Amino acid sequence: MTLTEKLRERISRAFYNHGLLCASYPIPIILFTGLCILACCYPLLKLPLPGTGPVEYSTPVKDYSPPSPDVGLQQGDLSERPDWYVGAPVAYIQQIFVKATVSPWQKNFLAVDVFRSPLSRVFQLVEEIRNHALRDSSGVKSLEEVCLQVTDLLPGLKKLRNLLPEHGCLLLSPGNFWQNDRERFNADPDIIKTIHQHEPKTLQTSATLKDLLFGLPGKYSGVNLYNRKRVVSYTVTLGLQRYDSRFLSSLRSRLKLLHPSPNCTLREENIVHVHFKEEIGIAELIPLVTTYIILFAYIYFSTRKIDMVKSKWGLALAAVVTVLSSLLMSVGLCTLFGLTPTLNGGEIFPYLVVVIGLENVLVLTKSVVSTPVDLEVKLRIAQGLSNESWSIMKNMATELGIILIGYFTLVPAIQEFCLFAVVGLVSDFFLQMFFFTTVLSIDIRRMELADLNKRLPAEACMPPAKPVSRSQRYERQPAMRPATPHTITLQPSSFRNLRLPKRLRVIYFFARTRLAQRLIMAGTVIWIGILVYTDPAGLRTYLTSQVTEQSPLGEAGLPPMPVPGGVLPAGDPKIDLSVFPSDPIQLSENQTQQRPEGKGNGQTELGTEAEVTWGPEDEEIWRKLSFRHWPSLFSYYNITLAKRYISILPAIPVTLYLNPQEALEVRHPQEANRYHPFLSPSSGKLGAEAQPDQASSKLQGHQDVTLYKVAALGLASGIILVLLLFCLYRVFCPKNYGQNGLSHSRRKRGDLPCDDYGYSPPETEIVPLVLRGHLMDIECLASDGMLLVSCCLVGQIRVWDAQTGDCLTVIPKPRLRRDSSGIFDYQESWDHSPDGKNGLDDSFENSHQLKRVLSPPQPLLFCDQPDLTSLIDTNFSERVKVAESETRLRAVGSRQKEMGYDFSSLVGKAYEEHGTSNCVNFAGLSAPHGRSLGDESFMGFDKSSPLPSWGGDLESSVWSLDLQGNLIVAGRSNGKLEVWDAIEGTLRSSNDEGQSGITALVFLNNRIVAARLNGSLDFFSLETHTSLNHLQFRGAPSRSSIPSSPVFSSSDVIVCQLTHTVSCAHQKPITALKAAAGRLVTGSQDHTLRVFRLEDSCCLFTLQGHSGAITAVYIDQTMVLASGGQDGAICLWDVLTGSKVSHMYAHRGDVTSLTCTTSCVISSGLDDVISIWDRSSGIKLYSIQQELGCGASLGVISDNLLVTGGQGCVSFWDIGYGDLLQTVYLGKSNESQPARQILVLENAAIVCNFGSELSLVYVPSVLEKLD
Amino acid sequence: MAENDAMPTLPKKCGPYISSVTSRGMNLVIRGIVLFFIGVFLALVLNLLQIQRNVTLFPPDVITSIFSSAWWVPPCCGTASAVIGLLYPCMDRHLGEPHKFKREWSSVMRCVAVFVGINHASAKVNFANNIQLSLTLAALSIGLWWTFDRSRSGFGLGIGIAFLATLVSQLLVYNGVYQYTSPDFLYVRSWLPCIFFAGGITMGNIGRQLAMVSLEQGVSCLLVKVLIYMSFLPSYIPTSYLSGGRR
Repeated sequence: MTLTEKLRERISRAFYNHGLLCASYPIPIILFTGLCILACCYPLLKLPLPGTGPVEYSTPVKDYSPPSPDVGLQQGDLSERPDWYVGAPVAYIQQIFVKATVSPWQKNFLAVDVFRSPLSRVFQLVEEIRNHALRDSSGVKSLEEVCLQVTDLLPGLKKLRNLLPEHGCLLLSPGNFWQNDRERFNADPDIIKTIHQHEPKTLQTSATLKDLLFGLPGKYSGVNLYNRKRVVSYTVTLGLQRYDSRFLSSLRSRLKLLHPSPNCTLREENIVHVHFKEEIGIAELIPLVTTYIILFAYIYFSTRKIDMVKSKWGLALAAVVTVLSSLLMSVGLCTLFGLTPTLNGGEIFPYLVVVIGLENVLVLTKSVVSTPVDLEVKLRIAQGLSNESWSIMKNMATELGIILIGYFTLVPAIQEFCLFAVVGLVSDFFLQMFFFTTVLSIDIRRMELADLNKRLPAEACMPPAKPVSRSQRYERQPAMRPATPHTITLQPSSFRNLRLPKRLRVIYFFARTRLAQRLIMAGTVIWIGILVYTDPAGLRTYLTSQVTEQSPLGEAGLPPMPVPGGVLPAGDPKIDLSVFPSDPIQLSENQTQQRPEGKGNGQTELGTEAEVTWGPEDEEIWRKLSFRHWPSLFSYYNITLAKRYISILPAIPVTLYLNPQEALEVRHPQEANRYHPFLSPSSGKLGAEAQPDQASSKLQGHQDVTLYKVAALGLASGIILVLLLFCLYRVFCPKNYGQNGLSHSRRKRGDLPCDDYGYSPPETEIVPLVLRGHLMDIECLASDGMLLVSCCLVGQIRVWDAQTGDCLTVIPKPRLRRDSSGIFDYQESWDHSPDGKNGLDDSFENSHQLKRVLSPPQPLLFCDQPDLTSLIDTNFSERVKVAESETRLRAVGSRQKEMGYDFSSLVGKAYEEHGTSNCVNFAGLSAPHGRSLGDESFMGFDKSSPLPSWGGDLESSVWSLDLQGNLIVAGRSNGKLEVWDAIEGTLRSSNDEGQSGITALVFLNNRIVAARLNGSLDFFSLETHTSLNHLQFRGAPSRSSIPSSPVFSSSDVIVCQLTHTVSCAHQKPITALKAAAGRLVTGSQDHTLRVFRLEDSCCLFTLQGHSGAITAVYIDQTMVLASGGQDGAICLWDVLTGSKVSHMYAHRGDVTSLTCTTSCVISSGLDDVISIWDRSSGIKLYSIQQELGCGASLGVISDNLLVTGGQGCVSFWDIGYGDLLQTVYLGKSNESQPARQILVLENAAIVCNFGSELSLVYVPSVLEKLD
Repeated sequence: MAENDAMPTLPKKCGPYISSVTSRGMNLVIRGIVLFFIGVFLALVLNLLQIQRNVTLFPPDVITSIFSSAWWVPPCCGTASAVIGLLYPCMDRHLGEPHKFKREWSSVMRCVAVFVGINHASAKVNFANNIQLSLTLAALSIGLWWTFDRSRSGFGLGIGIAFLATLVSQLLVYNGVYQYTSPDFLYVRSWLPCIFFAGGITMGNIGRQLAMVSLEQGVSCLLVKVLIYMSFLPSYIPTSYLSGGRR
């Protein structure tokens, strides 16, 4: 044992134990894994969220100088300084923060007076700023020299042209609304309308014009009609090109001098530098989106391969969760160990997923589900894991090796990627082993439970269900359903619709879930909600005014800590300090409240004093602006802030008190009429009560008209959209799409025209040719293209012309009708009740049987036969016990061909009681039939009296049948082999050397191979004797006279000679027998296949690989052998070498039939699924879920057309596409009977073994194609 | 387009399975078209990556548009990818060794993702010098081949394609059609052959998968894809043609 093998052994053992562990304690392990994931993801909380938000850095105002553009020079505090803080900023922003109020307030003032006069003062203030100049020793320095000179606005912003400054200083104030013209302001009748005229109505993400000009968020401005604090705030924003500390401090001191703010505590110590990241443009987005699309396609194609599990979606989800959480874990772990990610997470994420991959997960799933089903779940998981352990470890080692190589490229970015990938791989492995394996074990257990439920009723419902009359076809279906409550089945209608084209299926899905309507409705509701919330005159302002009113900020108590918006760099003590109000503030506030005689004294009775407070919430008011505020402002002038920074200087506070006279002077004449007096609460407290008075509500109503308009518009458009989609839905989905697939078959019929064959075009279906004549269910079928031979349970063999459907011969002659029906009805009914794997068959058969029994007795044609009606026993439950052992046998083998019960003793007893009048016949039947061949007396006897042959039929039924030329070979249950002439209906030869029943026959050229129930294999050869000498008895065999495709003339004497017997070909009964290309393949219940050479009966190979009895075998001229077993597996073998080519785990339950085309293997199983596999690779192409109980029969016409049997119909499928082409209903009366056997003839007609009738269906278009 | 001409020639009354038999030739055409559009799409996307790093220089007025290279680049890439994608399965057939290694769509998707990733790395990652970049990319390309192809014929064809394509781009640069910002290997970047090699492997992978699939199923689904691709084709041809012509 080499080292590798040892290692391999050890790994596989470890995996085995691990699998046992996982499957034994699923819940604790999943909990443990979840805890691990959470623990590893915990460090992620510290990471900043990825995004393009701005980054801040603050420096003290004192000793500020612009950073030098050279990186190398900054040696000092390099650790704290961010790397973007290099060079001069784009601009310095100086804001002059104005708070103004009318004081004292008089009761007869209007609401508009709150802001009209304070706003009017802005013009004066702007003039002061504009004209400020610093006069010192070096000369006069005006604002024009230091301010940021802006040029044209962007051409696209024509409507802002009058509002934003051009060709001059960047100086923004609310006065820009009126072009900085006091006269315009005074003439403006409606200030609010002017301010709001450029506000967007939709959800805005960028800064609005109002925000730009006011320099603070709209809700802080106080310019609205229900401003209860009556304090108006705005800023004058000044953009500066250069930092001139002396000029700025002179401006600051002058403004403070002119408009003192005695209680202002704004800190003026820090310059905040704001760095903006690159905006993601469409050019960057497209590759990103592409990589994500590829990623999703990869995930889709990977998870699509998960198969044979209970919940495909659940496992797919678990797989994706495994990969994603392993990535999160890797990032978390890397952060924990101090490795901060510098790469763009969004960009490398798809590549990481692709590198880690979903392969292992899929391999695990496939390996586990392909373990034998009959094992315990624990063992299955353990076995599946240990089977794949080596390859998983090998792959893992390879990937780690590749990544290690990548690590040694010494490129930092690649090294970081590799580090993440390594940690990701390891954590992914951990999750696969613990999380996914456990989920898989739970899934498998659920599937086994479901299987158990599915199997149980089939066993339990052997006592037949209540018989229902055949005519009530539709009523019967609900009645049957309770019999099989746990089966997973499709509705018959959806079965027909199963292979609809994808787009129709998508639409069908939409229609079923009403997805479109619901989405639209939800969307409309959300949209309206957003509209209501964001409308400037709407809910949001109302809410905020309410909130600010009720907040105790203005009161003496400790104000709550307002956290400034924006991203604060952690660990900046100054800003932390600044948000805490200190006691002196409170003191000063209290002092100002007791200052009655400031301005407008003597009017205290008339109104209340208002005072302006400066609280911590006013600190750095620009933080409350949208982070796109500055970039959008500068982008109007075609200046980009991407990857650059601006420096924001501390604001200059300005407090304005206006006396009532001023307010009255600036009042516009129209306003007095339009606005009612602003009713303020009478108490001295400012806005303590929040009662919406009538006036303000009216005003609000006036303002909200636009809101209502927009809402109505939104509603209307939503309704129109819904209607439109509804119409589309009606157009796409015809009303009757659910009705038995009629529309579907009609559509498909257009694709399959039949007019070449005399059928009227698209409306007609393919009319099957029904061959009637058999009394009982047909058991065996054989055909050679020209003739068709069928044998029913009675043992009656009929020969049909495969072209015309005429019955040519009946063997034996139909005479004993009444008798046979009596006996074999009984036989039939009980033949089927145990074999039914579902309740469907049973009820059909039983109803069928019961009807026959109850039908009026037919006239007695033959009085010489005993009356056997007393033998009819309808108490099936008793029978079951008797025959239970045999039931098991039959469930294993091919059900059609075995009779489970020997009636000969029963019937024989009846005959004895009847009397001796027919004893001669009985004697005759036993003797001459056992006799050998060419006995002319027997031949004569046979021809003159058919009775012996009847007796023979009675004694044993035909279990297998084959046809070649004009000879029929029939194998009987008593081991007798008979050769009949198909045209004349005469027995040509017979051999009864074997005693065990012949379960399968192969008739190839002049050889007959018979497989018997005891596992032995007999090789016979047919030899003709010259017809000249009729009496020649056992003459020399003249092999040369036999043509290769023998057409035995009726005058020849045919001898069937046993040439070789393989007495113990198999330990157990042979269930499948096929021959092609000079090879004979047998499949048996002993789990093995054997390959024999036809010429010398030599056993070439014994093929082992199945873990259940062989149920289906296929071999063709290319020496490819396919076999299906009870274990649900399909094996492909190479017959030349005897090696197994591939092994597919195909079905849950037996593989019931198997066939191949040149490229596909098609199998059907007890689970009613038809699967189509790629022949060369063994990959499953797709599968078709069949209706219950009809998955067994299938046939292939040419390489592209598949025929399957259904309930009273056959369906044609296109193998290449998996599309249902057509469903042909086989007559009205038989609709409820399943088609059990399908035989494809050479002229592309199909024969279905269909109760007691045969149907010939021609597929004309196939002929067309074959030409 | 070609498939519009080919469609009416089918007999009207044929069922779908008949069409799949009679249209072996059409199959080839459809595959070619699909490959062409995949090539065009990848060329556009990857060009965007290159433009961001200013690796290639095209006349400046073109850069403003989304289709940021000259108009002839995507069709050329598309044609090349169609040829490569058809050549690979054809070569497999002639050599008589069908490519069986990882023949699944998920693997193809993985391959495409890795290819885009290689391009991404070449465009975005800062390398110390060009040698390092080229060596890394060469290793990545070989790794791509080893992971997704592993056939000697594929390797040979990939090398041939890389050689030819590098030669062609050198000729183009020599004649002044476009240029690289910092050529370090006979007018072009030294990593160019690696990218071409990886692209050849990727397109071959797609082509092989298409050849395997479209014989069996999905002619209609391919047609849908083609139509989707065609819908954005007219949106870009006129603008870029004009801007290219103005130059």
